[in-house]
Formats: sequence, structure tokens, C-alpha cells
Amino acid sequence: MSVAAEESVDLAATSVRELNQRLHDLDPSDTSRWRITNPDGAHSVAVGLDAPIEVEIAGHVGYYCAGMNKLATVRVEGNAGVGVAENIMSGTVIVEGDASQSAAATGRGGLVVVRGSASARCGISIKGVEIVVLGSVGHVAGFMAQRGVLVVCGDAGDGLGDSIYEAHVYVRGEVAGLGADCVAKEMRDEHREELGRLLEQAETGFDAGEFRRYGSARKLYNFDVDHAGEY
Amino acid sequence: MCGIAGLFSKSTEVEEALGAHLSAMLSQLADRGPDSAGVALYRDPAPPGSCKVSVFSPDPAEPWHSLAGELAEEFGGEAGPEVRASHALFVVAAEPAAAQRWFAERRPDLRVMSIGERIELYKEAVDPREFVERFQLGEVAATHALGHTRMATESAVTTEHSHPFSTGLDLCLVHNGSLSNHNRLRMDLRKRGIEFQTDNDTEVAAGYLTWRLREGDDLEQALHACIGDLDGFYTFAVGTIDGFAVLRDPIACKPAVLAETEDWVAMASEYRAIAVLPGAEDAELWEPEPGRVYSWQRAALGAA
Repeated sequence: MSVAAEESVDLAATSVRELNQRLHDLDPSDTSRWRITNPDGAHSVAVGLDAPIEVEIAGHVGYYCAGMNKLATVRVEGNAGVGVAENIMSGTVIVEGDASQSAAATGRGGLVVVRGSASARCGISIKGVEIVVLGSVGHVAGFMAQRGVLVVCGDAGDGLGDSIYEAHVYVRGEVAGLGADCVAKEMRDEHREELGRLLEQAETGFDAGEFRRYGSARKLYNFDVDHAGEY
Repeated sequence: MCGIAGLFSKSTEVEEALGAHLSAMLSQLADRGPDSAGVALYRDPAPPGSCKVSVFSPDPAEPWHSLAGELAEEFGGEAGPEVRASHALFVVAAEPAAAQRWFAERRPDLRVMSIGERIELYKEAVDPREFVERFQLGEVAATHALGHTRMATESAVTTEHSHPFSTGLDLCLVHNGSLSNHNRLRMDLRKRGIEFQTDNDTEVAAGYLTWRLREGDDLEQALHACIGDLDGFYTFAVGTIDGFAVLRDPIACKPAVLAETEDWVAMASEYRAIAVLPGAEDAELWEPEPGRVYSWQRAALGAA
């Protein structure tokens, strides 16, 4: 078991499969640091990690980078393709550039920070992950989001929070349109506290007071007995 | 799935090596579309009064030189041919309509893939990596080009069903996605005089653009009209005589990345196809917004 060792892997010379196997073979208590070079848009870089290691990726990655992440900290020094940190369980994934569609989709825990913007369906169907996007998000962000938090420091596209359950959504800029059953909600102390913590953790420099909160009107997913005759 | 690549040169170096760059892009997209591959290249303008005709023959022993002789006899001049695998390029000393009529009447067994001043269109039902070798794309210079790798979902895997599809003089379309109302739309367009050669959904989109342009739309208007009339998923790239345009459906089902440097503009289904271009690591990169038309023209660069 290595402690705080530093490993370098050049994806121009090593396959993604070989890299991921080496990362999967680590002891669960390993805390080593990894530097991945020449990702050049490759898919599935550093997926399925399950140890508190640190992984830096020097460049742009393709689809599903850091998917299913547990415990590890993965930093992408570039843009990420579709489905970055999909189904993340815990740990932290940071994208220094932009993220493509479905960032952090279905994530169950951990923190995902996108320092640029994220495109469509950011945080779709999340179940506990906390997401902070310093830029803007595309359409239908937080679609069917069940639990967790989506913080958008820029603007949100059309259909924000469509069919949302109990996830918390905070937006600092303009919202092009709210999705079905998503409404603006009162910002209470517990929300200011939660948002303030995430803004600080993601090093955004923004203040919780600049944001509005959105969430479920709870009319769509709750069966209303008064409407029974309409079915 | 399918993969799309487009490259537009802003420098002589990129123009001279454009075929090699496009080959590298298509090879990166081979696993998005291993069935077939195709390209539209814009290069070497035909002299005034002449046009370039790209023709496909399923017969590997097609006597292209005797066909060139027949063309020269009919229209005068030297017609070529420049043979690339199953295709041949002719420079016909006639207006495009006359050249098209000649091929339709004299050689209906051949498939005219494109006609125009600058366009050349090559495609084949073969793995993209094999395609770029077989058609010797690596040595081609061009001002701009589009390419496609196909994983068929809607119709047969044949050279005729491959992309790009011609949509008129010097125009072509490549598509990632699938259309669900293409049968009805094909019937409607046939009534309006648009001809179709296959049952492919993308050919209907190409025919739809041809019809809109014929009715007086400019390319941007025609692409905007797609949003209302085409039902399905699409990222489209349209090649024009002096550039290309990109449109994603409003839901953005299919991916696309755009990139620009001082030397080139590129679009691709994924960044990995852009990563192979010189200076890609410093390119300005962005994902095109859904339902918005992006276009580049050489005229806008002040090029001759």
C-alpha cells in the first residue's frame, strides 16, 4: 500500500482499461496521487474508483469520466463529455472547464463541481449528490431529481426541475422557464446554511443571498384524492 | 449512433493537409459508425460553364475512361476521370442540369452522388478506417469538408444509404440521429417534385432542405424550418460551396462539439475527433446550443 505516492499515467501510451484496472487494484485505504496525461477525449477515464485517492486529469475527457466514483477526488483540467460523474456515490469530482450533457446523472452522494458551464440535463434524476455549477446549465436541469442539491451560479435553461421530487435547486441568474411542478420557494435558514456551505466548498466566491430557491410543488408525484374522479 | 466530422480551413497549411486531418477525425469516430463512411470535399473549382460530377458504380470493373470519352464527345473538353475506389469524378463542360440529364438518360445504372462547382462526394459501406485508405483521402487538399461514420438504425447498410446525401448543387447533408416522420414527409415531397433514391430517413431531410431552398429560403431559414417539420433526433451538418452549417434538434438528443483556432473551425460528434487536429489543446471549444443554427462561410474570412 502506498501512502501519498505520486503516479503518472500517459494515456497516449497506456489504455484506459489498463489505467482503470490499476486504479481498481488499489487497497481501499490507499491515498496515492495520480496524474493522467493525454486523455484526448477518451471515454470512461477513472471510472469506478473506490479508494480515497486523488486523480488529476490533464486535458479534456470524453463520456462518463469518474462515473460511479466512491471516496476519490477526481479533477479534470479541461472539459468533460456526456455523463461526467454519473451515479457518483461519494468523493469529489471537479471539472475545471465545461461539462456536457447529463453531468452527475443519478448521483447518490458526494460533490460535483463544474467550474465552467454544464449543458442539458445536468443533475438528471439525482438521489443525493450535491452539484455546484459556477457557470450556467442547459435545459431540463434537475429533471426528476429526487434528493440532493443543484446549485447554479449562472443561468438555467428551459424546463428547470421538471417533475422534481425532493432535491433542492438554487439559481443565482435567470431561469428561462420552470418545468412541470417546479416552483420558486422560500429560502429558509436551513437552505441558506446548506447553500452557503456548498458555495464555500466549491470556492465560488458567491453569497447565498444572491440566489433563489426552487423545488417541487408536490402536486405531480402526490396522488390527490380530490382528483380521483378525473382518472 | 453515427459520427459526424466537419473541418473548415482558415490557413493554407490546413487546406493542403485537410484530407489527412479529416481522415484522422473519421478514424476517431469509427466506433460510433463502423458500417459505412463518407465525405464531401470542397476543392478545385470547375472552370466557368463546367461542373464537377461525382459518380458511383457498383461494378468494380466500370470502364470510367470510356465514359469520359462519351462525355467529351457530347460536351467537348476533357472530362477526366479522377477515379477513387468505386467512385469517379468528372469535370463536364456543361451546365449542371445538362450533365445531370445526360447521366439520367445515358447511364441510369450509375448513381450521381453530387454535382457542383467545387463539391466531390465519396461514400462506401465499409469501416471508416478502411474507407480513408481506399479513397486515399490522406493526400487530398480542400478548403473544407464534411465526413460521416454510420451505424444504421433506419435503413439498409449499403453505399447508397450512406451519408453524405446531396441536397442540391454544391450542397450536402450528414446526420446523426433518426427521423420518425420520414415516410409521410417523403410522400409529400415527392408530390412537390423532389426525387428520392432510397428509403433512408436522412435522404428525406436532404430532400426537405432541397425543397425549402428551391422555394426561396436561405440555408439558415431552411434549417430553422426543419425544427418544425422534422420529427426525430438530429444533429445535422450541411456542407455548402463556401462553408458549413450545424443544427441540433431542440431537445439535443445527439452530441456535438464545435472548436475554433486561428487556423481552422471544426465540428464533431465528440471531442476525441477534434483532439487529433493541430493546436486542438488550445482551441476555443463549445457545445452548440440546441435549436440554434451555426454557420461559417469563407467570404466572412475575407478569403479570395
